[in-house]
Amino acid sequence: MKSFDFFEPTTLAEASRLFAEEHAQLLAGGTDLVIGMKASTETPQSVISLQKIQGLDSITSDSDGGITIGAMTKVREVELSDDVQKYHTALAEGASEIGSIQIRNLATIGGNIAHASPAADTVAGLLVADAQVDIASADGGRSVPINELFTGPGQTVLKPGEIITQFRLPNPASGSHYIKHKIREVMDLAFIGVASAVNIDNGTITDARIGLAAVAPTPIRATEAEDLLKGKEITSELLEQAGEAAAAATSPISDLRCSAEHRKEMVNVLTRRTLQLAIDRA
Amino acid sequence: MSRSNTSFGLQASPKHPVTLNVNGDEHDLLIEPRKTLLAVLRDTIGLTGTKEGCSTGDCGACTVIVDGKAVTSCMVLGVTASGKEITTIEGLASDGELHPIQQAFINTGGYQCGFCTPGFIMASKALVDENPNRTEEEFRFALGGNICRCTGYTKILEAVLQAAEEIRTTHREQAE
Repeated sequence: MKSFDFFEPTTLAEASRLFAEEHAQLLAGGTDLVIGMKASTETPQSVISLQKIQGLDSITSDSDGGITIGAMTKVREVELSDDVQKYHTALAEGASEIGSIQIRNLATIGGNIAHASPAADTVAGLLVADAQVDIASADGGRSVPINELFTGPGQTVLKPGEIITQFRLPNPASGSHYIKHKIREVMDLAFIGVASAVNIDNGTITDARIGLAAVAPTPIRATEAEDLLKGKEITSELLEQAGEAAAAATSPISDLRCSAEHRKEMVNVLTRRTLQLAIDRA
Repeated sequence: MSRSNTSFGLQASPKHPVTLNVNGDEHDLLIEPRKTLLAVLRDTIGLTGTKEGCSTGDCGACTVIVDGKAVTSCMVLGVTASGKEITTIEGLASDGELHPIQQAFINTGGYQCGFCTPGFIMASKALVDENPNRTEEEFRFALGGNICRCTGYTKILEAVLQAAEEIRTTHREQAE
């Protein structure tokens, strides 16, 4: 690993100032960055740890199921949180799919998102939770909806000096579900990640959200499939149509994990399946 | 922040003073930020029980317990472990008595070459401390981050289940 200057700021303002410099990299849990530095795919001149900044690692809830998750919250805490499990089941399930317990004890939800892998396991759950991403910077910060955060593989709208501080999940759905399509039970990357979240009133879908990972250059919402579901009575034909619409929204690649054709077909299948399981939970 | 004195990648960055609490002993050290906790434990402190396998977080051989949580020490920068409570395989036995998990690995023969054993034992200890009532299936899943290339896991799992049983019994006896 190449040498770097190491900083442990105690305030976001200081961290943001340091991070605005060239060749600076943030250290959250380190599970991506440290491995990247060993492989020399990451060669920062300075590494700015966020670990000494207080108040970034808690999960707080309001009375109607709205949840705020600090960016430095360990993925393992997200996985085990009663409130996340109850109100944002798909997110808890996604968190539980990352690496091993040893890795989840280090990795943070902010790092999982800021790394901007299209296959990140927490991203589909955050998409269907309609998460708002709060961002700090030297000039005060801003907030971006999660579906507007990503611009490409490993790329986000974050500018130099901007740091994700928390995720606000204001709208719990009554049922949600995440499926990671993979070969190994643990320690695998997603071929595909699909999350669905629904609200149901008397057999009618009043709201539906579908989040897809690893099937496009960025994680996406399948909005056409969602619109098709809203206001409709639940039938197997309807879920099939939604699966097809979700598959049509993807632009997957072929890689050593599987072919683009397989990914597209499986989005169809898994969308149907996560919708049914979300409906069962609602 | 001026960088004029930094010759990128060619010279060592300034060392940082850290205090590592390992197995109850405090070590005041000056370490380079690029040294992983694993490297500091093995090369600086000389505790070589913790093993380096893949060095990418995939194999679990480097598992240690930091503030009660099992972590892969190859992914942790040593500087960030300052002030935290670190337990390695060397810290498990007390007063010449092996920890029940260590003893169980001996009883069942839960090892061959032994390289993965410290990582398995540390990961198992954190799991059993957290909840000794896991089912076999749950232990199997929870140990998914540890790889053994010799034994095929049967005896390892047997050891963990045996230790969990013993710890449950101890808990029951203490409660009575």
